[in-house]
Amino acid sequence: MITEELFKHLVDLAALELETDESQYLLGQMNNQITAINELEQIPLDDDVPPARHGVPFPAEISPTLREDKVDVYPNVEALLNQVPSSEDRYIIVPDIPHTELK
Amino acid sequence: MGICDLPAHQIAKMVRLREISAVEVLDASLDRIQQVDGRSGTLNPGEITNDDKQKVHAFISITTDLARAQAKAVDQKLAAGEDVGELAGVPVSIKDIFCVQGTHSTAASRILADFISPYTASPVNRLEAAGAVIMGKVNLDEFTYGSSNESSAFQPAPRNPWNTNHVPGGSSGGSAASVASGEVALSLGTDTAGSIRQPASFCGVVGLKPTYGRVSRYGLIAFASSLDCPGPIARNVRDAAMMLKIIAGADPHDSTAATHPIDDYLVSIEKNIKGKRIGLSPDYFRITYPDPVSGSFQQQAVTHEIEQPVRHAAEVLSDLGAEIIEDIPMPNTRHGIPAFFVISRVEAASNLHRYDGVKYGYRTPIQTDDLRLMYRRTRGEAFGLQPKLRILMGMYVSAAQYSEQYYMRALKVRSLIRQDFHEAFNPTGKYRLDALLTPTTPTPAFEMGAVYGDSVMMQYADQLTVPANHAGIPAISLPGGISSTGLPLGIQLLGPDFSESTLLSIAYAYESATSGESWRSSRPKVLS
Repeated sequence: MITEELFKHLVDLAALELETDESQYLLGQMNNQITAINELEQIPLDDDVPPARHGVPFPAEISPTLREDKVDVYPNVEALLNQVPSSEDRYIIVPDIPHTELK
Repeated sequence: MGICDLPAHQIAKMVRLREISAVEVLDASLDRIQQVDGRSGTLNPGEITNDDKQKVHAFISITTDLARAQAKAVDQKLAAGEDVGELAGVPVSIKDIFCVQGTHSTAASRILADFISPYTASPVNRLEAAGAVIMGKVNLDEFTYGSSNESSAFQPAPRNPWNTNHVPGGSSGGSAASVASGEVALSLGTDTAGSIRQPASFCGVVGLKPTYGRVSRYGLIAFASSLDCPGPIARNVRDAAMMLKIIAGADPHDSTAATHPIDDYLVSIEKNIKGKRIGLSPDYFRITYPDPVSGSFQQQAVTHEIEQPVRHAAEVLSDLGAEIIEDIPMPNTRHGIPAFFVISRVEAASNLHRYDGVKYGYRTPIQTDDLRLMYRRTRGEAFGLQPKLRILMGMYVSAAQYSEQYYMRALKVRSLIRQDFHEAFNPTGKYRLDALLTPTTPTPAFEMGAVYGDSVMMQYADQLTVPANHAGIPAISLPGGISSTGLPLGIQLLGPDFSESTLLSIAYAYESATSGESWRSSRPKVLS
């Protein structure tokens, strides 16, 4: 069960600003999903079951060789910079990063 | 029936023989879009009118000028006697989760609404090189997060061409709807839990999820990187085989794109299926789902209407010389969705952290002097509810104190799911199957609004498709019949890693043997 307090912490970690009605919906759905996920706990698992980070194994014979470690200059840097929401003289402009006192 | 209802392989042949020009094919496709699609999805749609509710709305953007330039180039090459490729002049739509250079590539999200891609995804590049004419980008669930297309930030959302009160499925709903309604002959989709096969099933077309790594993911906006598979949606098996042959293969830009040899799938489909061992599993004839009120899990058999096309296909394949083996145990099928809830959310949350209003995409217009506030507002304003939900769940289940309980456990359950398939397909094992035959979905296409909002029930629509994504194996959905309410029903074939050739040959044999059955003459309502 995700409490409102934990939910607020997760929203902060996720870097989201939410409306009140959104928060209510999302918290309700998360707890519903946890009900579904908790089914995993009922599954008997032997100690030797390995975690599968992806399904298909990638043995050397079907894996591409690593490419040479050399600089490959992107041909159209302007097209990338044109996507930046705010820039000046090819620098990306962002608001200040506030100072935080370490505790 | 018009030019745009012809199979892709036939259109390409006619264009190559100069019986018709690529520009004429393009114009037929644009006419069909004009006839059935209605207005394209936008961020500010206003009221959804009764007229809107009669249309398909497959597209977010129709790139007419680019398509015309591509079609003209095909015709000019032909006139000059040059090679034009296997897809010469074939109209193709691209799920708007792929980057196409110089075009809006939105992921159906406000956060990428104005993003113009600086490069083209590898599978799209390969389609273009084969002479395909790219008609534009088709709608999807926002960032692919859904099974109905209703979560798109671009409305009106796509509707099912067979009955526009019903969803086309998702997340490749625009892809399946555009192919079913003849707007295009082929579409490039993606499948993370069933997002090619479920909409293909709902819209009465063929959808193939290849083996993970068979098709490059370069230029695919990522959802769950260990599960995402690009693949073809087509109106027949031969076209799907032709498209797979073109998009498959290694790619220097994607280290998970396998170097495994690519078969000539067009040759493979003609192979005799005599002696092929095809399994049926009781675990695919029942579904498990959480009761919306009590939260407890219910299990029930799929309806006769869902099971019948699978039984019929088994009889047809048996008559063709295949051996049908019943009672294949696939006990971990029911765990696919709970494991997916964990694994996909962790990967999605990780992949969505890049959208920060700094490098590209949306940035909040509200001025602030705090970078962190800019991040929060940007993401709060521009992500829809489903991405927000996935990010938050991903943060939760991967948090240090829960990751052993949830994430590691889900990865181990994934091993069990893969083990089920290994037992079924192991060539020296008890069952030695070439393929498993199942229903694609637990129900036909549901009504618009019937499930949307309930993220748990929506996810359970993928119960019979998601195991293939966990295991990485290939699977294909084929039209298998028509429901009593006039909606398409799908059947699914699953096979071992890189067995696309075998699946396509079984699929083609089934399709050929049933070509004269009466349900095959049914057509989507929007075409009547």
